[in-house]
Amino acid sequence: MAQTSSLAEEKTSSLAFSSRTITLRVAKFNPKTDHEKKWIDFQIPYQKWTTVLDAILEAKKYLDHSIAVRYSCRQATCGSCGMIINGRPRLACFTKISELNSDVVTVEPMKNFPIIRDLTVSFDRLFKTHNSLKPFIIREDSDIPEKASELLQTPEELEKYIQFANCIKCGLCNSACPTMATDSSFIGPQALAQAYRYIADNRDKGKDDRLKIIDDSHGIWRCHFAGSCSQVCPKGVDPAMGIQLLRGYLLGFRS
Amino acid sequence: MKIHYGTALAAVALVAVHILFRLTQGFAESLQYESVIANYQFLPYAGMLEIILILLSIHGFNGLRTILIELKQGHSYEKAVTYGCIAAMAAVILYGSRTIFMTSVGMI
Repeated sequence: MAQTSSLAEEKTSSLAFSSRTITLRVAKFNPKTDHEKKWIDFQIPYQKWTTVLDAILEAKKYLDHSIAVRYSCRQATCGSCGMIINGRPRLACFTKISELNSDVVTVEPMKNFPIIRDLTVSFDRLFKTHNSLKPFIIREDSDIPEKASELLQTPEELEKYIQFANCIKCGLCNSACPTMATDSSFIGPQALAQAYRYIADNRDKGKDDRLKIIDDSHGIWRCHFAGSCSQVCPKGVDPAMGIQLLRGYLLGFRS
Repeated sequence: MKIHYGTALAAVALVAVHILFRLTQGFAESLQYESVIANYQFLPYAGMLEIILILLSIHGFNGLRTILIELKQGHSYEKAVTYGCIAAMAAVILYGSRTIFMTSVGMI
């Protein structure tokens, strides 16, 4: 009985009592059946705290069940709901409608990624390049002193890389990167920033391996330092800076 | 890519010397036929022009190669672009060297 009641309650949107509405314009595209994307508009009520993801889920729940969207944590931690919102790569769960200052909110899939359907893109290449740069501490020996249980670092040593450890692999930086748009083989700012994260970590001994991988014709030198990757990162990571610092290692200015 | 930075830095230094020569002589005077020929026949200067030619050819064609590889990818395409750029670079260096050599030995 409780379950029936709960289902009945779900038929009414939690946002339905709001007097304010926006037009949510969703890009619908299925590469298997469609030749071009279609824009579909939905009128969605919203509150001050409503996020774009809430609006999309509202549309999916009550207006069009077929909208394909990937999401999970709803708190900018899992990196699943990256998309282009009003022309800019953002996390849908981390973007409030009230902050966009627009009556129309357009949502489309991230650029520079193959589209699976609607707002969902394939992350295969992102994870492949991320893995290719060995995103883990490389050490041949354990090197842990007998009485210690961990490899201790000073705050200064931690400061060198800690912001890069905040990457949630959402792909927004790759989506914003102009080089990724033209060079499909480019490693991309996400993987390069992660390469810096491990190279700058004084516990890691895999610097030479990683530098060899990124010093490629489609590697680090293809970055034009547009800086758009750093502008769109929802976690405050600065991949553009990481890339410049990595270049310092390759040019012999850093060791 | 290090070669790209290296050739750029070296070319900036040598082109600065080249421009300074124009300024020390007086710009209009330095471009007169006799002055230009005299410059070519002054061996260290001709050598510097040859080095500038080589540096700028490497830098320019490597830049062109990079742009073309960024526009389109593919193993055979990238190979064709690389060899095409090397061939064009060699042609420009040979033609420029011919001019420098012929002028410096008085064949022009």
